[in-house]
Amino acid sequence: MNQWLLHRSTKSVVFFLGCLPVLWLGVAAWSDQLGANPAEALVRSTGDWTLRILCVVLSITPLRVTFKISALARFRRMLGLFVYFYVVVHFLAYAWLDMGFELIDVGSDLAKRPFIFVGFACLMLLTPLAATSFSRAIKWLGGDRWQMLHRLVYVVAVLALVHFFWMRAGKNNFNEVFVYAAIVAMLLGWRIRNASK
Amino acid sequence: LAARVATLDGGVTMEKPTAYKDASTYNNFYEFGTDKADPSRNAHTLVTSPWSVDVEGLVKRPGRWALEDLLRLSSLEERIYRLRCVEGWSMVIPWVGYSLAELIKRVEPQGSAKFVEFVTLADAKTMPLVGSRVLDWPYVEGLRMDEAMHPLTLLTFGMYGEVLPNQSGAPVRLVVPWKYGFKSAKSIVKIRFTDRQPATAWNKAAANEYGFYSNVNPAVDHPRWSQATERRIGEDGLFSKKRKTLMFNGYENQVGQLYAGMDLKKLY
Repeated sequence: MNQWLLHRSTKSVVFFLGCLPVLWLGVAAWSDQLGANPAEALVRSTGDWTLRILCVVLSITPLRVTFKISALARFRRMLGLFVYFYVVVHFLAYAWLDMGFELIDVGSDLAKRPFIFVGFACLMLLTPLAATSFSRAIKWLGGDRWQMLHRLVYVVAVLALVHFFWMRAGKNNFNEVFVYAAIVAMLLGWRIRNASK
Repeated sequence: LAARVATLDGGVTMEKPTAYKDASTYNNFYEFGTDKADPSRNAHTLVTSPWSVDVEGLVKRPGRWALEDLLRLSSLEERIYRLRCVEGWSMVIPWVGYSLAELIKRVEPQGSAKFVEFVTLADAKTMPLVGSRVLDWPYVEGLRMDEAMHPLTLLTFGMYGEVLPNQSGAPVRLVVPWKYGFKSAKSIVKIRFTDRQPATAWNKAAANEYGFYSNVNPAVDHPRWSQATERRIGEDGLFSKKRKTLMFNGYENQVGQLYAGMDLKKLY
C-alpha cells in the first residue's frame, strides 16, 4: 500500500479527483442539469463537498496511524487546500447567486442569520490555515506554533456541523447532518483517545 | 380536465407559467421524502382512486364526499396563481378547481365554526416518511373561516389542464395563493370545521418559524432567511438578481381587508 501510494502519479490522481466535483458542477450548470433551482443546487452542493473533503482530511491521520500507511501524509496539504477551495467557492456561490454580490446585503445577512455567521466564521478560520500551508511557513512559525494554529481545523469541523445543523433545522431534516456528525465525532474522538494514551 | 378561465379578481395572473417539468419535479411533499426531487420519484405509490373526503365537525351537513361527487359539485375553473414557497422561491401555476367556498356553503357550517382544518393522507404503506420524526403525521393545515371562504382559496383537482400529478397533491388539494406554499395542504382526506385554531404541522414543529397565518410578507423574515426577495424558478437566470417579494404574494388588493387591524409582525 505504502509503495503504491508513494508512486509519482498518485498526487496528480488525487488532484484530479479533488477537481472532479467542481468540474462536474460547472458542466452540469452549463448544460442545465441541476434541476429546477440550479442556484440552490450549486450553493448546497459546494457546501456538501466542503464538508466531505473536510472529513477526508480529518481521516488521514487516524488511517495513517491505525493501518500504518505513512504515505497518506503526502496528500494532507493538498486535500486541506481543497477544503479551502470548496469553502471559498461555497461562499462565492452564496454571495453571488443568493445575494447578487451586494456586500451590504451580505453584511446584514451575516449579522441577522446565525447559521450564515457560523459558516462565514469557518471561512475566516480556515484562511490563516490555507495561508500557512507552504513548507516555509512551518519554518517561520516553528513546528509547534504551526501545529497549534492548524488545530483550528477541529474547531472548523464542529462549526461546520453547527452551520449545517442550523440550516437543516428550518426544515426538521437532520438525517444527513447526523451522518456527518457521527463521522466527525469518530474522527475527533480517535484523536482524543490517541492523545490520552 | 375541462375548465373555463376564471374571471374573478386576481384569478389569472398574466405572468408566464412555470414549465410543467419544473413544477412537477421540484416539490415539497415530505411524506415522500425531504429532497425536492423525492416526491416526483416516490409518489407513484400514492393510490388516488377510490378517494373520498370526510366533512365533519361544526357543520349542519357532515358526510363523506366521493371524489367524483366533489368534482361535480361546481364548475371547474382555470386559475393562474403565483406560488411563493417559504424557502424563497416561486412559480406561476395554472391550477384547475373551484373556490373552496362552494363546498363550504354546501355543507352549511354552524355559527360556532371559526376555523377549517385540513387533514391529509398519512399512509405508512405508500408514503416512506410517514412514521419518521420529521413531522407529526398526518400533515394538518388550517385556515380561519373568512380565509377559507375567500373566493381565491381554491379546492384544486388539476394543473396545466390535467389532473394533478401525485407529487402535487393528487387527487384533491388546497391552493391559497397569498400564503406560503406549505399552507396549501395536499392529498386531503378530511375537512373539519372547528371553533378553535387548528394545530398545524409546521407550526407544531417550529412555532417561532412558521406561524398559523403564514401570509407571504416580505417585511417579516424567517429566522433563518430573508423573505424580502424570491427566485422565480426557471425564469430568473442563475446570475440574475432575485425579484422582490410582494405583500400577500401580490394579492393584497383581494385579501388585505381580511387582516385589517391585525399586527402581522406578531401574527405571522
